[in-house]
Amino acid sequence: MNTQVKKTRQYSFANILVEFLGSMNLAITVLVGIAFASTIGTVLQQNQPYQDYLIKFGPFWHDIFISMGLYDIYGVWWFVALLFFLLLSTSVCVIRNAPRMLRDMRNFRANAGRNSLRAFHNNAQWQIQSDRDGLIKNITSHLQDEGYQIRSKDHEDHTMIAAMRGGVNRMGYIFTHLAIVVVCVGSVIMYNMPLKYAIFSGDVKIETDNTLPASKVSAQSILKSDNPSYRGSVSISEGQNANIVFLNVEDGFLIQELPFDIELKDFRIEHYDSGQPKSFESDLVIHDDELDEPLAATISVNHPLIYKGNAIYQASFNDGGSKLSLRAWPLNDPKLKTLDIEGSIFGNVDVKVDDTPYTIELIDFRKFNINPIESEGASKKFKNFGPNFTFKLRDSQGQAREYENYMSPIEQEGRLFMLSGVRSSVAEPFRYLYIPADTQGSVKRFMDFIAAMQDKQNVHKVVSQTVEDMLAGLTSEKRLEISGGMNNTTRNLVELFATGGMTALNEHIQKNIPVDQQQKATATYFDILRKTLGNLYLGILEQEGINISEGVSKSDSDFFDDALTVFGNINAYGAPFYLEMKDFEHIQASGLQIARAPGKEIIVFGCVMLIIGIFIMFYIQQRRCWVWVGNKSESGVEIIFAGSCNRNERDFAQDFTKLKQRLAHRLGLGEDNGNH
Amino acid sequence: MSGTSDYEINKPFLKTLSAYDWIFAALVMAGSFYAWNGYASFMDVYDVGILFGTGISMVALGWYWKQSRTMMLSVAAISIYAVTQYEPAVMALKAEGMDGRQAIAALSDWQNKEQGKFIFKYFLSSATAVGWMCFLFGLATVTYFFNLFVKSEFPGQVATKMTWFAVAMGLVGLLVRWRESYLIHFDVGHIPVSNLYEVFVLFSIITALIYLFYEMRYKTRALGGFVLLVISAAVAFLLWYKFDKNADEIAPLVPALKSYWMKIHVPANFIGYGCFALSAMVGVVFLLRNNAPEGGFAARILPPLDMLDDIMYKSIALGFAWFTIATVLGALWAAEAWGGYWSWDPKETWALIVWLNYAAWLHMRLTKGWRGAPMAWWSIIGLFITLFAFLGVNMFLSGLHSYGEL
Repeated sequence: MNTQVKKTRQYSFANILVEFLGSMNLAITVLVGIAFASTIGTVLQQNQPYQDYLIKFGPFWHDIFISMGLYDIYGVWWFVALLFFLLLSTSVCVIRNAPRMLRDMRNFRANAGRNSLRAFHNNAQWQIQSDRDGLIKNITSHLQDEGYQIRSKDHEDHTMIAAMRGGVNRMGYIFTHLAIVVVCVGSVIMYNMPLKYAIFSGDVKIETDNTLPASKVSAQSILKSDNPSYRGSVSISEGQNANIVFLNVEDGFLIQELPFDIELKDFRIEHYDSGQPKSFESDLVIHDDELDEPLAATISVNHPLIYKGNAIYQASFNDGGSKLSLRAWPLNDPKLKTLDIEGSIFGNVDVKVDDTPYTIELIDFRKFNINPIESEGASKKFKNFGPNFTFKLRDSQGQAREYENYMSPIEQEGRLFMLSGVRSSVAEPFRYLYIPADTQGSVKRFMDFIAAMQDKQNVHKVVSQTVEDMLAGLTSEKRLEISGGMNNTTRNLVELFATGGMTALNEHIQKNIPVDQQQKATATYFDILRKTLGNLYLGILEQEGINISEGVSKSDSDFFDDALTVFGNINAYGAPFYLEMKDFEHIQASGLQIARAPGKEIIVFGCVMLIIGIFIMFYIQQRRCWVWVGNKSESGVEIIFAGSCNRNERDFAQDFTKLKQRLAHRLGLGEDNGNH
Repeated sequence: MSGTSDYEINKPFLKTLSAYDWIFAALVMAGSFYAWNGYASFMDVYDVGILFGTGISMVALGWYWKQSRTMMLSVAAISIYAVTQYEPAVMALKAEGMDGRQAIAALSDWQNKEQGKFIFKYFLSSATAVGWMCFLFGLATVTYFFNLFVKSEFPGQVATKMTWFAVAMGLVGLLVRWRESYLIHFDVGHIPVSNLYEVFVLFSIITALIYLFYEMRYKTRALGGFVLLVISAAVAFLLWYKFDKNADEIAPLVPALKSYWMKIHVPANFIGYGCFALSAMVGVVFLLRNNAPEGGFAARILPPLDMLDDIMYKSIALGFAWFTIATVLGALWAAEAWGGYWSWDPKETWALIVWLNYAAWLHMRLTKGWRGAPMAWWSIIGLFITLFAFLGVNMFLSGLHSYGEL
């Protein structure tokens, strides 16, 4: 019971401010704010390129979100301010309460009065006929056996034995809240306030052109190696070195110089049988003038290298400039003159097709492509589709389409196809052309077919033959009458189809045929076209040396149908050639993340303190009891025994009853001796 | 905790231990040493630390909570038996040309009439053991509720036993699964806490254990049905997930999960989740009791409000302590794997929100003395927040934690 008189406070500004900062209400408000803002950051993907947001939300919302700083919500000024207030609030709380708590740990409250003890919820009152000193000794030693610490005080008319155990409970409060302060301080150190300020004030400028190579970045965006804390990433190709990392900041980046040079000797990725990555590791060599000889080390996921306070982590991997041997198959050349090209990823190749210049920008190469395939039953099955490469084809106007071509044919429905994907913008998914593969697993037969379709002389011959076959049942006069026109039309159809696919065909029909006859015309035209192309195809099979006298095999016939499907769509492909990958030399690049985090030990210390504090607070209870021993009188010695606990009254009530019984027993009291 | 008579002060703890306690401890430590001896070459220093730490924790748990000793020893015995029987059978099939996965499927497929030893097919392969766990939990839920309506204590005792058996079967299932993963292929082997299916089994086991502990402590079975409702929901989910999406297939670990941290971060999290789930259900009972007419049926069969309030507090406190440990372990793991303690990844952020939520709950109770129905409501809402952090993040948001996708 606190009987001290409170000093009248002077309500100065400082006092009010401290009250406010240390108040629970502020803390709760700040925490709710942090929780709410954090939630937003989980639903709205953070730190994406601004372009993506603009596409997703449109200009109106995009501007609002930018101004609120929602794209980097954990780094925006008001969020940092919230964290800062949390730090301040907790610190003030600890500063204000810690002295009181520490005092409380040592304060036995030996001044409790008789009447107040009698009013305790947990109490007992006894009258014992016994030697007073002996009683006091007994009580004291019993309570000590029970784990209590004792403070005795003699007064005129009574002796007060004040006991306490579990005082360390109060430390639990101090530990937990101090831990939060410690963790915040450690985070700030890691967070690198000086750098944030330098960016804010303009001393350091963020480079926003993400395509700029490191050598061209201006000095204002380069940080020297004396920067105490950072986390950045760099991708090093096999056989190459790096002495910088890139820090992602807001919508751009900064370059951080490293005090040493990292060389990637080898990168290895191991796969499970299913093709999923099992592990990846890098063999690094650190070159540093301060070293006697270069330091070689292997890092892998979960096993970083710590060098001079810099932790080097194996984070990811990508292509490091693989060398590709390509062959371009022209799609509009009756002579099918192919072009062999050598290139490497990240490089460009200029080509000319019919005197029209194009640039092939080689973007990526992937050796393993694990894709889901149609699964029987419920399980998702994955298959390795083999290597593929991605490139952009840019015309002289600067417009580009992106392509993804696989190296080997994929099986679908029992047939083999070469996949070639195309898209006009990064936001779209790839749409694939399924080029049927021939018996050798190559695109040659298909390309021969396309070339044959464009060989006007050959087409002329085949059309005549086909038309003649179709009109065979008619009289010779009829034949003469129709065949000319039919020949012309059919040649026309073949040409339309070869250059524009089904789209061109449909357009032609819609332009030139009256509406009510369009359906019939489409059917007829397609029939003739199919027969003509069929004969053309037979010619190709013969060229390959296949015997068609008995008829065409099912796989060859399927090939024809599949080829027609592709022809029908080929005008959407948008490229004058199909780029086949004949060979590759795989050069990998290892994605490293390098961090220097000076606040690390502080944070770990804070976390440990937090955990210890929590367990102390919950599981070591501070209990007090008092024994008021009156002076000896006729009726004996009056003893008032009371107890209290600062937390769990329910448990303590039970424990106090047992404690009472044991003490009573120790003092020689029977069941009936004044137990209240 | 009690001396030999009411009047004697607590003896020093070690003196209170019985012969069984010491035999139990000896067996556990012997097992730990045996494992260490056999597998030390595959373990790094942290794995060894975790191995012996687990052994010591098991001894501590068994000494503190006497009922758990028999369960732990039984689970060990059954699992060891299953594994020793499994191994030669699998090896024999592999010698015939089957690969590991096929061999295990052949032995444990209870739909396949021919192949497979009876004991695996119907009891001890991990899939069937987990199946028994599910069945027993469902049955126990019903039995606990039934117990509320009858005077006899017998149904309640049966329900308690069923829950213990369910826990044992679940643990056997996980332990045998651990071995199965290595039998498939050495590369595939890992502790079974790595995907959503496995952790749902873990969740069911841990929540049930926490419940059984409080059942003993507070000497009431009235809460059994309610807490087991959550476990039954988890069981229903994992059965659907297994049968509809084949989620119980053992898959090798992605590189980022290959770490000793997984062995401690994940289970610690689930002690937290289990406590929060239990507390929410107790909150439900609190509200039922609170709104029940005095002297009515509900008031008679449900425990008193102050007891319910106490259980809610104790379980949230325990859950909060373990959740803190789990989150700290997660941060330390992240620092080792990705180079940063805290990257505001959605899973991390939601873990923080769960933590803040229960910290607030505890603050309101301890500092402002809040009690009663609002706290019960808050405890229930807390479960939903926890569920979102546990499942919702994986399902609806993207981030580094997408290993647990559906």
